[in-house]
Amino acid sequence: MRRSYVRALGTVALAATLVVAAGCQDSGGGDGGTASGDCGGKIAIFGAFTGDNAGLVIPSLNGAKLAVEQFNTANPDCKVTMQEFDTQGDPAVATPFANQIAGDNSFLGVIGGHFSGESDATMPIYQAAGLAMVSPSATRTDLTQKGNTSFYRVVGNDGTQAGAVASYLKTQNAQKVFMVDDASAYGAGITDELGKQLGPLVVNKDKIQERQTQFDATVSKIKAAQADFVFYGGYTREAAPLVKQMRAAGVQAKFVGPDGLYDTAFPKGASGGAEGAIITCPCLPADKAGGTFSADYQKKFGIPPGSYGAEGFDGATIYLDAFKAGKKTRADILAFVKSYDKQGVSKYIKFDAKGDVDPTKVVIWAYQIKGEAIEALQELKLS
Amino acid sequence: MHFDELIGHLGQHTVDGLSKGAIYALIALGYTLVYGVLRLINFAHSEVFMVGTFAVLILWNQLGVQNNPPIGQAILFLVLGLIVAAVASGGTALALERVAYRPLRRKNAPPLIFLITAIGLSLVFVELFGQVLPKLLGGALPDVFGRPRQIIGMPTIIQQETLFTIGNTAITNIQLIVFVAAVAMMALLDWFINRTRYGRGVRAVAQNPETAALMGVNQERVIMLIFVLGGIMAGAAALLWSMRFGFTQNSIGFVLGLKAFTAAVLGGIGNLRGALLGGLFLGIVEVYGATLFASNWEDVIAFVVLIVVLMFRPTGLLGESLGRARA
Repeated sequence: MRRSYVRALGTVALAATLVVAAGCQDSGGGDGGTASGDCGGKIAIFGAFTGDNAGLVIPSLNGAKLAVEQFNTANPDCKVTMQEFDTQGDPAVATPFANQIAGDNSFLGVIGGHFSGESDATMPIYQAAGLAMVSPSATRTDLTQKGNTSFYRVVGNDGTQAGAVASYLKTQNAQKVFMVDDASAYGAGITDELGKQLGPLVVNKDKIQERQTQFDATVSKIKAAQADFVFYGGYTREAAPLVKQMRAAGVQAKFVGPDGLYDTAFPKGASGGAEGAIITCPCLPADKAGGTFSADYQKKFGIPPGSYGAEGFDGATIYLDAFKAGKKTRADILAFVKSYDKQGVSKYIKFDAKGDVDPTKVVIWAYQIKGEAIEALQELKLS
Repeated sequence: MHFDELIGHLGQHTVDGLSKGAIYALIALGYTLVYGVLRLINFAHSEVFMVGTFAVLILWNQLGVQNNPPIGQAILFLVLGLIVAAVASGGTALALERVAYRPLRRKNAPPLIFLITAIGLSLVFVELFGQVLPKLLGGALPDVFGRPRQIIGMPTIIQQETLFTIGNTAITNIQLIVFVAAVAMMALLDWFINRTRYGRGVRAVAQNPETAALMGVNQERVIMLIFVLGGIMAGAAALLWSMRFGFTQNSIGFVLGLKAFTAAVLGGIGNLRGALLGGLFLGIVEVYGATLFASNWEDVIAFVVLIVVLMFRPTGLLGESLGRARA
């Protein structure tokens, strides 16, 4: 009796895992409403608007909202609506939303995904439905290397960012770089790219898992390697406790991470441990964005645009320009996106055949953690 | 495979594992106590721990604690933290018992109903702290509930420093405090269960509820007592966690709870000393596994070890049974 009880416990533990994993989903918010008249239409935006890494994505959502609002004010006879789908960054949540959006013919275009994993999972669905995807922040290199014809991004890819990180580390005279990643589509992707570029400078590496909280083994490995730089490929949720535990264990190595850490939750979660950490991001410092974007954003939301605010604005603007040009079908809009060629607020936007923005127009900045703020440090050379 | 790294710093990895496992063990006590008496897996116990970490966070936040306070204040903050966490966790555990489990027991619900209730309660608590409280208290406590569902940092109360070194094994003050405090709490609990009148009641109910009732043991009181005791241990774990790792999140209990539950099963669920042994063993195995392969393998290694142990000792390392826990 007791024996079978213990056996049952394993099953129950597994069931608990599934229940909890499936338990926290938000349904897509925002209100629908279809286009009226000859102009206008409806677009969808999806990404992690709540959850661990929402801080990274919210500015982009806000940027897109701002663009739509400005457009609707300026063009009262051409109403555009945007519906939000909160995926929490989880591909398993993003996929049913993608099917829903693809199946609803009133949606003419999609902004997203914001993370590489959710983009990768939903690309085939949108492609089959002939819907254009414009991503403000999905950076994994191979997203555009798989022959997909409906995915475009207004952001530099991880190959470009890894090149910039490598050149930064070399200018800082790094000798022993320890690489850690979270084994995610994004984190492992950018870390592998960087590893290729750094070659023998990589002294050792470790992989952690998402939602891990205790990093004793990783910290001992970093200590044993006597690294002078630690590069972490992943998101805030794991980076904050990792850097805190590193510092508590007396590791002095400089901490460098990519745009996944561009979120004030990182310094806040690490309560002091992240001081001086470097974050690279293919996103512009707020005051460098074009036009009146930064001022408008600040006015509407009360805070300066963080990561990808300008990119979210640009992503929405592409569709708004399409509607203004009288495009009314998914196919027309996809063709319009493909041939887009215009100055945006984040950068000059023109896509190559694969859907990446022109790499020479990509700008990558290094930011540094000071207190609980992320301050622009310098623009990085791309390779 | 990094055998040379594991063997070369075996002492260090063992110490890391012990201090990691000590927290598992403290949480595991809650599972084991409840199972020993009620034959019920209280999956909501992980959230009892989570509530404890939030209690510590709110306390330190309200006291305006900064990083690295002077030693006198640091001790005060830790003692206050222990009291607040123990009250919050113990109170939560008691409330769970009264609100959720007792009505089911009155109706003689089958064990599966308790299990699904426990899992449901766990989710309720996770979202209570992830969504409801941020809405209600986000304005009043912006540093705690201002960023719902994200991780929240806590001030560093004690700076980690190496106390002494044996060979190439460095033992830090934090590791020592965590280990000693955890073992002391467990020794206290062990003494309470084995040596006091209340403890005798607990053991009697665990062995045979009907006979215990005939002998004049108040079964309901014993059940309340074990929930509170388990909660207090989780509160102590929450304080040690806050001191060592310094962050929390609404969903923090899930993985830790699963690990603690594993530790309880590994040591022999229902057996207090088994929980200690299982927790420490699990902590060590995880650190060894993470060192040998990569850190994302630690769970795989830990659960493989669990399965292998259960194959040969299906009732865990020390066998189950709270009633005869005399080792």
